[in-house]
Amino acid sequence: MDVIPKWADAVLVPLISLILAAVLSALVILAIGEDPVAAAKLMVEGAIGSTYGWGYTLYYATNFIFTGLAVSVAFHARMFNIGGEGQAMLGGLGVALVCLYIPFPHWALALPVAIIGAAAFAAIWAAIPAYLQAKRGSHIVITTIMFNFIAAALLNYLLVGMLKPSGAMDPATAKFAATTHLPTFQDLFSWGEKPVFRGAPANVSFFVSLLACVAVWFLIWRTRLGFEIRAYGESESAAKYAGISPTKIIMISMIISGALAGCMAINNVMGEAERLVLGSVEGAGFIGIAVALMGRSHPLGVLLAAILFGFLYQGGAELALWTNIPRELIIVIQALVIMFTGALDNMIRMPLEKIFLMMRKEGAA
Amino acid sequence: MTDIAPAIELKGISKAFGPVQANKDISIRVMPGTIHGIIGENGAGKSTLMSILYGFYKADKGEVFISGRKTEIPDSQAAIAAGIGMVFQHFKLVENFTVLENVVLGAEDGWSLGPSLRKARKELINLADEYGLNVDPDALIEEIGVGMQQRVEILKALYRQADILILDEPTGVLTPAEADQLFRILQRLKAEGKTIILITHKLREIMDVTDTVSVMRRGEMTATVKTSETSPQQLAELMVGRKVLLRVDKTPAKPREAVLEVKGLNVTDDKGVHRLKGIDLTVRAGEVLGIAGVAGNGQSELLEVLGGIQFGEGSVKLNGAEIDLTGRHSDGQSRRARGIAHVPEDRQREGLIMNFAAWENTGFGYHHDDRYNRSRLMMDNAALRQDTEEKMDRFDVRPPNPKLAAKSFSGGNQQKIVLAREIERNPDLLLIGQPTRGVDIGAIEFIHQQIVALRDQGKAILLVSVELEEILALSDRIAVMFDGQIMGERLPDETDEKELGLMMAGMTREAAAAQPQNAAQEG
Repeated sequence: MDVIPKWADAVLVPLISLILAAVLSALVILAIGEDPVAAAKLMVEGAIGSTYGWGYTLYYATNFIFTGLAVSVAFHARMFNIGGEGQAMLGGLGVALVCLYIPFPHWALALPVAIIGAAAFAAIWAAIPAYLQAKRGSHIVITTIMFNFIAAALLNYLLVGMLKPSGAMDPATAKFAATTHLPTFQDLFSWGEKPVFRGAPANVSFFVSLLACVAVWFLIWRTRLGFEIRAYGESESAAKYAGISPTKIIMISMIISGALAGCMAINNVMGEAERLVLGSVEGAGFIGIAVALMGRSHPLGVLLAAILFGFLYQGGAELALWTNIPRELIIVIQALVIMFTGALDNMIRMPLEKIFLMMRKEGAA
Repeated sequence: MTDIAPAIELKGISKAFGPVQANKDISIRVMPGTIHGIIGENGAGKSTLMSILYGFYKADKGEVFISGRKTEIPDSQAAIAAGIGMVFQHFKLVENFTVLENVVLGAEDGWSLGPSLRKARKELINLADEYGLNVDPDALIEEIGVGMQQRVEILKALYRQADILILDEPTGVLTPAEADQLFRILQRLKAEGKTIILITHKLREIMDVTDTVSVMRRGEMTATVKTSETSPQQLAELMVGRKVLLRVDKTPAKPREAVLEVKGLNVTDDKGVHRLKGIDLTVRAGEVLGIAGVAGNGQSELLEVLGGIQFGEGSVKLNGAEIDLTGRHSDGQSRRARGIAHVPEDRQREGLIMNFAAWENTGFGYHHDDRYNRSRLMMDNAALRQDTEEKMDRFDVRPPNPKLAAKSFSGGNQQKIVLAREIERNPDLLLIGQPTRGVDIGAIEFIHQQIVALRDQGKAILLVSVELEEILALSDRIAVMFDGQIMGERLPDETDEKELGLMMAGMTREAAAAQPQNAAQEG
């Protein structure tokens, strides 16, 4: 019997966590002599007050949706995939190779091929730690973390050496052909005289990420594979009894997870930078862990959490731009949100359970 | 009698966990120097009551009197100080410490261990003399048997000057001979003036050793009677609240052709331990072969290797066709496809996924079956739910709600869900382990009937149970396992618990048969 109703678990707990994180952030801002109310206003204005702001918020959110889904799928099999960062880097490499070396006539053709490229490269990158876990018992957390470093080193090597156009100074590939340019929200939604989403990087990848949410939901709760993944995640001994091969589930769930993380590259590499630069993932792989935790590994939760973190990213950038609040403090605010929504979950849930129990008793009496 | 204060008196104890009332207004009096039994089904509230007495839980209402004095027991320290000792079902011993170190642990006299150990060694020798509790103080816990480990638990309590000893399901892990030994120790403790509370669900133990017995049902104390003035039948009725059949009604088996033939089956586990050593057995259509044995002697491995969970070596034939024990396909899926159904020993770890809804558990293991799938990719959740509803109806699962998580059902209803899933597949061979472990008496009756009915349909059944009574009641033939080997086979009418007990302790059938009648008593 569940102590607290489902809706409270899904809505009330994250909401209270957020409010607590916001209060604490306000205190920190107050402590350095700034006005928290003004700061909050600026964040909201900057992130969702205009189509421009939304264009950035949703751009970041797209990254986090992909990495959040990646962590979620693996987590349903109780695999803690910390390697979203490295897998997204490899996804970027896949996208870059596809876009640089295949002459596409139109973006509509380039996009699906780029998705395949990104997913394939990242999936292979995730498959190695998965194999080591399944066959050798090397802990997936350790190996995926290590693979982040290896991925960074690999990209460094490739971008400084092979992929950099001769004569260029920065470690990045050449710009992709114009035919691979993905339509941004500005291209898509500016019908009238005044363009909307002007200059913002949000692009069609956002809709791909929404499709990915639906696909993951379908996979986990409607397919036989999803059933096996969840069963294995809930109880390895029961899965073995039912004849579900642990090796198969570990491999497949990690490959899907890696592919999802890799798909992030169609947003940041193909959609925004239109070339592969060093450090393009910018920590989105790690944010994905927080997003999955906060979203309870459910695609809808991941979507909402990703938009929240997109808001924090964009609002934080605005804060750094227009106030004396240093950039580091914005990271502190983001960390507070991660801490409250992810790590301190039980701190909120247990008092809440008590309250619900008391209410139920009174109701019964 | 009236001028002696009871050793323990509980007055009006109530305890609720959320909406569940675990104990309702419970009062008992246990006189000093007696053995008092507390019997009840799983979830009747026995363990909760004892946990309150031992300071693990705080009662919502009620008072505790120890030797006539009102006593507050906020934690286990206070319980020990009040002279209460507890022997848990799952021992609380440090495996790689010696007996002596375990006894001293938590009762050291000062910062230096030496004097405490010396004192304890002397004390242990005294206790051994006084109560016949002989244990080597320098043996490591991991190297002594379960029966010995239990003695160490009792010694721990006595070392802390316990006058009142609570034993929670003490015989669950013992052979019949070990259990007899334990009861003799209890009698001796009683003769020395100790008070003993024995918690159990086994009627026979209550009848054998207790002076008085209290029956609990659904958190309430339904009766307290003198053991000499009651009968197992009456106690069972008090436990369940209705008339129950203690014996299984069945006609003689009509076995036909062999369904399962096992020859020279060996299993070595992950750690390299040889678990099964050349097992030979045959199960025929229309009979129940019961495997008796103390837990941990290879029965689990036998079920697992036949069910496709473990790898093994040797020859296993189903309906005359060899089963691959080592290859890639020796898994649960292919076993099910060939007509082997498996009700695992541990339904909470293996048979069910506790966080899954009942309808998800109904398809578990058979989720490749056509009728549960819409396409190669998609499952048919509606069909599963429908199927679950029908199964719940036929097996009287309560509450009959397919959307409820498995963990929300009682032990008996969980087992019915597993049984419904496996039996309804109409298998040729049913592997069934501990069919009634943690199951209430009412459900035991139903489960036993289902097993017999399946046998009467001409199916082969391999039954593993640590409950000898169950083995004797259900089996048409009995094989006894010890240390990964089959010690021999007996027919249920030709044997009794004593002989089987000797075989379970490692004697061959011939040696056991040659034992004089009173041999079991000396162990």
